[in-house]
Amino acid sequence: MHLSPDEVVFWKYGFFKLNATIVYTWALMIPLVVGCRWVTSRLSDQIERSNWQNFLEIIITGIIGQIEEVGLKPARHYLSLLGTLFLFVAVCSLSSIIPGFEPPTGSLSTTTALALTVMVAAPIYGISKQGIGSYLKSYIQPTIIMLPFNIISEVSRTLALAVRLFGNMMSGGMIIGILMTITPFIFPIVMTVLGLLTGMVQAYIFSILAAVYIAAATQSEKSNSENQQKV
Amino acid sequence: MDSMTLIAVASIVTSGITTAIGSVGPALGEGRAVATALSSLAQQPDASPTITRTLFVGLAMIESTAIYCFVVSMILIFANPFWNHMLAQMSEK
Repeated sequence: MHLSPDEVVFWKYGFFKLNATIVYTWALMIPLVVGCRWVTSRLSDQIERSNWQNFLEIIITGIIGQIEEVGLKPARHYLSLLGTLFLFVAVCSLSSIIPGFEPPTGSLSTTTALALTVMVAAPIYGISKQGIGSYLKSYIQPTIIMLPFNIISEVSRTLALAVRLFGNMMSGGMIIGILMTITPFIFPIVMTVLGLLTGMVQAYIFSILAAVYIAAATQSEKSNSENQQKV
Repeated sequence: MDSMTLIAVASIVTSGITTAIGSVGPALGEGRAVATALSSLAQQPDASPTITRTLFVGLAMIESTAIYCFVVSMILIFANPFWNHMLAQMSEK
């Protein structure tokens, strides 16, 4: 029994290792990118549309709606990052029903990479939206004593984001593996269904939390002044 | 008892206690959250999309504390660094 797909090594040459995480990540990325390319290469704005175009439009419209509800107003500006995060995590957890496939998000390396992307993206969006001076000022709100705590919270929420996704995906596979040895037939299927549900919820949570962090970085100054006006 | 046995006993007992205590707190918290959400759903069925979304996000945040404990106990059992260190030392001898 292994904790993460990092430990399954297919091919090794010196320092370079090709483990199951990398292979399964690419095995998901290639169909996603090629499939979306194939669908979007023949878009139509007529009444007759292909089923795939409708399918993609449902997903994109749903994601845009969710981003706008968080409060990021030009949602298309943030769609490329948040939508990609959601789609990747969701497809990872959904494809865990394929026998022999282990979701790449069950490895701490993948989830840390995703969380680091969010950690880097939030200041970039914040600076591009409100300028570097007023973004850095948000770290010393309300007083300068809060500076270390703000920095700690930046790091700890990234850690929490990574470990939450990793723990959920890993625990799903682990529980199914343990149940396989105890009650081989019915219960693993039930737990697989539950794992699919938690996988979708986790994908939703991950992208929503990323959106909330980005919203906090882009809107801190404006919301502060609004609060002061109210007082 | 040699140090190998001590490490094994400490790891197994600690991982059990970790999961036990780590699931009590989140269970109480999630129970409160769901109960409150249900009563507010009964009072205001119109706000059900907002309540449900917030409930799911909150539940996942609460649940992540339990998941942290689970990760720690899994590491203690299946990928214990101290145990692996002792094993490596044994094989060197």
